[in-house]
Parts: sequence; C-alpha cells; structure tokens
Amino acid sequence: MNPERSRATRSPPAEKPHAAGWGHLLPWTAALAFYFLGADFLGLGTNALIMVLFALSLDLVLGYAGIITMGHAAFFGFGAYAAGLCAIHVTNDPVTGLLIATAAAGILGFVTGTLILHTKGVTLMMLTLAIGALVAEVANHLRDYTGGDDGLHGIRMAPLLGAFRFDLWGHTAYLYTLAVLLAWFALAWRIMRSPFGRSLDGIRQNVRRMRAIGTPVWWRMVAVYSLGAAMAGTAGALSAQTTRAVGLTALELLASGTVLMVLILGGTRRLYGAFAGAVVYVVVQDFAAQVDPFRWMFVIGALLMAVVLFLENGLMGIIDFAAARARSLWREQTPR
Amino acid sequence: MSEFTIVLDGIAYGMVLFIISVGLTVTMGLMRVVNLAHGSFAMIGGYVAAVAVGAGVPFIAAAFGAALVAGLTGALAEVLVYRPLYRKGELAQALMTFGFTFVVIAALTAIFGTSIKTLPLPEYMSGLVDIGFRMYPAYRLFLIAFGLALALALWLGIDRSLYGARLRTAVDNPRMAGAVGINVNRLFQLTFAGGCALAGLGGVVGSALLPLEPYYALRYLVLFLVVVGVGGVGNFKGSFVAAISLGVIDTVAKYFLPSAAAYLFYGAVLALLLWRPDGLMPARSAQ
Amino acid sequence: MSDAEARHANTLGAAPVLSVRGLCKSFGALTVAQDIELDLPGGARIGLIGPNGAGKTSFVNLLTGMLRPDAGSVLLEDRAIDRLRPELRVRRGLVRTHQINTLLAETPALENVAIAIAERKRIGWRMLRYGTGWRACLDEAEARLAAMGLGDDRLRLVRELPYGKQRLLEIAIALALKPRVLLLDEPAAGVPAGETRAIHEQLGDLPQDVAILMIEHDMDLVFRFAREIVVMVQGRVLTRGSPSEIANDDRVREVYLGRRVR
Repeated sequence: MNPERSRATRSPPAEKPHAAGWGHLLPWTAALAFYFLGADFLGLGTNALIMVLFALSLDLVLGYAGIITMGHAAFFGFGAYAAGLCAIHVTNDPVTGLLIATAAAGILGFVTGTLILHTKGVTLMMLTLAIGALVAEVANHLRDYTGGDDGLHGIRMAPLLGAFRFDLWGHTAYLYTLAVLLAWFALAWRIMRSPFGRSLDGIRQNVRRMRAIGTPVWWRMVAVYSLGAAMAGTAGALSAQTTRAVGLTALELLASGTVLMVLILGGTRRLYGAFAGAVVYVVVQDFAAQVDPFRWMFVIGALLMAVVLFLENGLMGIIDFAAARARSLWREQTPR
Repeated sequence: MSEFTIVLDGIAYGMVLFIISVGLTVTMGLMRVVNLAHGSFAMIGGYVAAVAVGAGVPFIAAAFGAALVAGLTGALAEVLVYRPLYRKGELAQALMTFGFTFVVIAALTAIFGTSIKTLPLPEYMSGLVDIGFRMYPAYRLFLIAFGLALALALWLGIDRSLYGARLRTAVDNPRMAGAVGINVNRLFQLTFAGGCALAGLGGVVGSALLPLEPYYALRYLVLFLVVVGVGGVGNFKGSFVAAISLGVIDTVAKYFLPSAAAYLFYGAVLALLLWRPDGLMPARSAQ
Repeated sequence: MSDAEARHANTLGAAPVLSVRGLCKSFGALTVAQDIELDLPGGARIGLIGPNGAGKTSFVNLLTGMLRPDAGSVLLEDRAIDRLRPELRVRRGLVRTHQINTLLAETPALENVAIAIAERKRIGWRMLRYGTGWRACLDEAEARLAAMGLGDDRLRLVRELPYGKQRLLEIAIALALKPRVLLLDEPAAGVPAGETRAIHEQLGDLPQDVAILMIEHDMDLVFRFAREIVVMVQGRVLTRGSPSEIANDDRVREVYLGRRVR
C-alpha cells in the first residue's frame, strides 16, 4: 500500500457516546481548573487558548479539507488589526470588536479563497504564501494606521458585556477567551460531522470522486476556507484585545509556520489535537523564547522535522495508543 | 538616472534571483519535492563568504569556497532531510523543509551572531564603468555578465551534454531512467548539491541587493519560490525569463511608485499565477 | 437492419434523454472523437464496444465534461450542457462510473454511499441541522449496500475491501445518485465472475426510463445486457445495431481481427 495513504486519514470516528463524553470532559475541565490553580500564569494560559483556536481554524482548512496553506497567519493578523483598529477608532466594546474582526477575516478568506482555490498543489501553496506576504506588506506600509514595525498600541477595551473589567491579572481575559473558544469548538465539532464536513473529508481524499457524485468542490473549499479564516480572525482579535497590542510579527511567515507546527504536533483532524499542540507550544515557548527568538526558531524547526519523521499522527496519536493499551490491560485484569 | 539604467538594474537584480532560484527549480521539478528550504543554502553561502572575506580571504576565493560549503551542506541535507520525503505527501515535504529552514537560521545566528552581515565588494567591483553614454556600477555589470554566462553554461550543460540527457530522462520518466541504467539517486544528489552550490554563490554575489540578515532564508523564500512558480516548475528557461521579468518589474515599480512597489510585485505574481497556474513555460512533465 | 430500425423507431417515440451532436476531439494528431452523433432514448440499454484506443473512454469523458470537445454539443433532456462543469452535469442526472476505482479509501463503505445520497438530496451543504437528514442517507445507503451484497462490509474502510467489492461499491454509488443517464466504463473489469451477476441484477432493477451506456470488454455481459450495440473505431461510430446484427457484421469482425477499416 502506498505509504502516503497509510497515514491515518480516518474519517471522523463514530465514537460511543460515553467515551466521547469523557474525551470532552477532560480538556475543558483542565482548562477551567487552570483558571483556579494557575492564577499566576493566566496570561500564559490565555495565549495557549488563543493558540488552540488558531490551530483549530487551520485544522478545518488543512486537516479536514486538505488545503495546504502557508499563509494562514494572514487571517489571524488581519483579525488582530481589525479588532485593534476597531477598538481605537470605532468602539471598544470587546464583543462587537470580536464580531467585526471575525467577519472581516472571513470576508478576506472568502475573497482570496475564490481567487486561489481553482489551483492546487504547489501553485496553491505559493499563492497562499504570496497572499500572506501581500497582507504583511500592506500592514507594514500603512504605518499611519497600523504603526508599522512599532506595532499597534493604545488599545483600551471597555468592560466585557458592560460588567466585567479586563483586570491586571487576566481573569476576565482568560474566561472570555475560554468562552469564545468553547463556542467555536462546539460549532467546529458539529460542522465537521455534518454532511458538509464529510464532503470536505472526501475532497481531501479524492477530488475526482467528489466531482463524480456532484459535489460543488470549489464552493465547498471556498466555504471552509472562509470559515477557517473567520475563526483565525477571532483568534487574532482575542490576541489584540487581551494583550492590548498588535505587532507585525502576527503576520509573518514565522507565525504561519508556528501554527502549522502546533497543529501537526498535536495531530490533524482531531480538533483536540490543537489543544495538545498548543499546550506544548506555550510551555516550550515560555522556556525557549525568553532566551532569544532564534533559539525559539530552532525549537519550532526541530519539532516540525521530528513530527514529520517520527510522529505522523501527532501527540493525539500517542494518546490514542496509550488509551488503547490501557483499555486492553484493563480488560485482561478484569475477570469476565 | 535614465530609464535604461533602471532596466539594467532590474536585469542585474533578476540575474541574482535566477542564480539562486535555478537550483530550486531542479528540486521542485526533478525530485518533485516541495522545497521551502532553498533560501537557507543561499544564506549559508552568504554567511560563510562574509566571514571569510572579513578574515582576509579574497572575494572570488571566498565566493567559491562558500559555494562549496553550500553544495556540501546540500548533499548532506539531500540524504538526511530530502530523501525521507520523496515518498511523502506535499504537506510533509512543506513542513519538513520549512522546519529545516528554521533550524538553519537558528544555527547560523548561533554561530555567526544576529547582526546583519556585510560583504564588502572587492575594489575592482565597487567602481563605475563607462558603458558608452554614461557611467554604470561595475558590480551590476558583473552580475549581468555572470548571470548570462551561467544561463549559457546551464543551457549547454543541460541541453547538449550527456549529463543533461540523463537529467531530462530522469525528469520525464524516473522509472525509465532507472531501467536504462541511470543511477537516479546519485544523479539527484549531484544535481541537488549543484543547485545548492549555485544558491550559495548567488547568496554571495547578490548580497548587495539581498542583504544578509538573520531572517534571510524566510524573507526571500517567497521570492525564490515565485520565480520558480511563475517560470514553470522544472523549467530552467522559464526560471530565467521569470527571474529577469520579476527583477525588472520590481525595480521599475520601486523607482516610479516606491510606495506601492511591494503591492505591485505581489499583485503581479498573484495575477500571473492565477492566469497561468503552471507558470509561463510549464515543463511538459509538470502538466 | 430492419429489426434494429423498428426497435429504434419504438424508442424514438420518447425524446432522447441524451443527444450527442457532431462531437469532435483530437490531441494533436490523435483523433479520439470524430463527428460522433448518438441519441440515447429513455430506457436505452446500449453497449459501446470497440478495440483498445477506439476512443470509448474519451467519449465518456467528453460527455461528462472531464474533456472539452473541439466541436459539437451534448444535450441532456434537450438542454445543452456543454458549458456545465462535471459536477453540475452529475446533478442533472448524468452519472458515470470509472474504469479505475475512485473511491474514498479511508472512509467506510457505508459513508461512501451516504455522502453521494446526501449530494443527491442537496443536503451536502448542511452544517448544523442535519441529524434526521443524514440518518435517512445512512439508512438508504445501508439498503443499497445490502442489495449489492455488500451488507456485511458496510463498516469496513474501502481500502480494506477486495478489488471486486470496490467495483461493486462504485456501481452502488452511481445508482444511489438516481441517474437519468448512466455511463458505465467497464463495470465488470476486475470483478470475479460470480459477482457480475449482482451488477446485472442491480442494473435490471433500475427504473426503465433510465438510459444506460455500457463500455465493456466482457462480451458475455454486453450481450446479456444490451438491447443495442454501438461499435466505435478510431473515434468514429462504425455501426449500430442489435446484438445479433453486430455479432454477424463483417466489418465488426474485421475490426476485432485487427485489419484496417475501409
């Protein structure tokens, strides 16, 4: 069998309800528990949640639909600038800003998606790179609005829902981010099990087959690309609102590479893979990036290579393996 | 500055792009590997030469030494990084070579520091030369001459030699090439190393136009990929035409519309790739 | 030829479901379709035969829009479909199977059929409210697999199925799309002899107004299935007639014995 095929490209599994229940409970409980236990690191935790959302958005586009994009950071950055500019010039209500940024990034995804998704393979990859570079150039050039290299500062958010101030310790920011993540996650979970989601899974595996059953392949791809862009835009907006700053680095190739690494490290097409990858990312980044940014690049690069060579199903693959082992051991030890 | 010299500047810039990118069209066209690490080899060449010239080695010797180092690194990388990728999908290839680029950047900055490296030109290249009706920088003339010579050499080497015949066979039909007794692996490795050496050389001679900074391998990656993509993956002549055209477009745009140059450049690239997804001159095998 | 003409006249009473008018296509010097004219009336059961390289598969590709013709036109139920993308032709009821399996290898057999049904029912776009709609697709898919004798394999991934069963699955998917015109490109290639019966039975159960064009090298199956046979040689329609006429046609025999056509 072709080794390319033998990579785990399972369809969304038909889990038993109770197993799925436990699987869901664990990560969210952990995220909530962190709020109480990790009070000194809530900023870090918020970053991790934002990274989860960002990687999740890439999972829809790349993991499920198989659109290989090297420019996904464009949407994150676009959402971040949209939210930042909205807070400074229009309204500093966080939820309004979030919705505007999400819509803006989604529209950018729709426009660029309709343009480039006719192509495939290397050409498509180059086009995503070119669009990423174009968006970064625009942001760099419009320094009157974006602050250019200095970044966008002076973002002040109004209290969330008019009641909860963004406090110095990041309590509000953390719970706000967690709530938004949960909403997007539930949506993504539902969508990826829908006929639409299953058709994306089919498009990744075999475009010809999908054409042969009458699937409007191009429209489906544009749809998921826009959806992923909107989601990445939300992540960018959360980042702008909770850190009160946006930098050009959000748009750089390194950012696209980082989110790819997080997703691949965690495991694609799992949705929860993004969680595993992002947690590792934030912890490692906290250690490495404090030293200097280049050491950080080394870590990302080495991790990317290691995952490709040794860990094709990502961390979730290991978790699956461990869970299967544990179950079989349990069965051996419990008498019938 | 007259329009003519602007175009000359553009051609000189295009030659640099060509020298660096021509190796990339080999990997992407011949080995069918999505190679996002090509800029690293140009960067390795540039850094090595900068350090060597700083230590008193003559420019030309440093340039060839740097090309050698880049080529050897390429040969090593072909075995360690690229060979495991030949049978994997595009995504794995993209991720692996992307990761390799990061590692190279980290390694170079760890060894040579994070400041921008300057590579002073030798005296005979830094002056002006009379080109009939005006004075023009010798360095740029050198770039144009060097690029043309390289293009000619490649054309002769690939269109006219036994090596070229083998290479073309391997591009068009690797299985057939193996069946008629061509050692495809060795051919790939040699060609890959050659492409990397050229990239290293390009990194050296082009350092006045593409400054040697820590993010070099990432910053110009899109540029090199675009040359290959616009030219048609696997097509040397296409790369030449694309590199010169893009070089001229970029330079002319920067001169006349400095504020919009970057948009114009990427806009042109987008339009070209959307108009001809397989590039201006698609290789037969790429279709 | 009176026999065939009479039958032809019978079916011509109904308007043709699919009409091909002056279809031409060449790749450089190689001509794969040369002024092809063909009508498929409702309920047609046509076998398309011809030696290798006669342009049979190219013809199917031209009909489905995988290839763009140089000249000529294709009408589906009296509407020109030349400008429609392949997937839209499928939605209009022009369905094909492939010579080589094109299935979702990492997806269970059941779901391969169910997503086709979802597209047919136009619920492929549903993202949030899909519970009952999708369950209905799964139920129908299950019934269709059982009818093909694939009931026990419904939860296996396609890549784990033997080749013959994959062929059956491909045909089950085509039937699940409820085609108006069904183009079968060598449906029996690679199917063990005992299992072609399932294909034949399933085709027999199709509504009588569906037009079927079958390309096949297994002459047994062609002669059992087809009421009319079209012979193609070098991109042209050589002749058309009832199975018995074709079997006794000298020119057809010449073609298959490898001599040149006059």
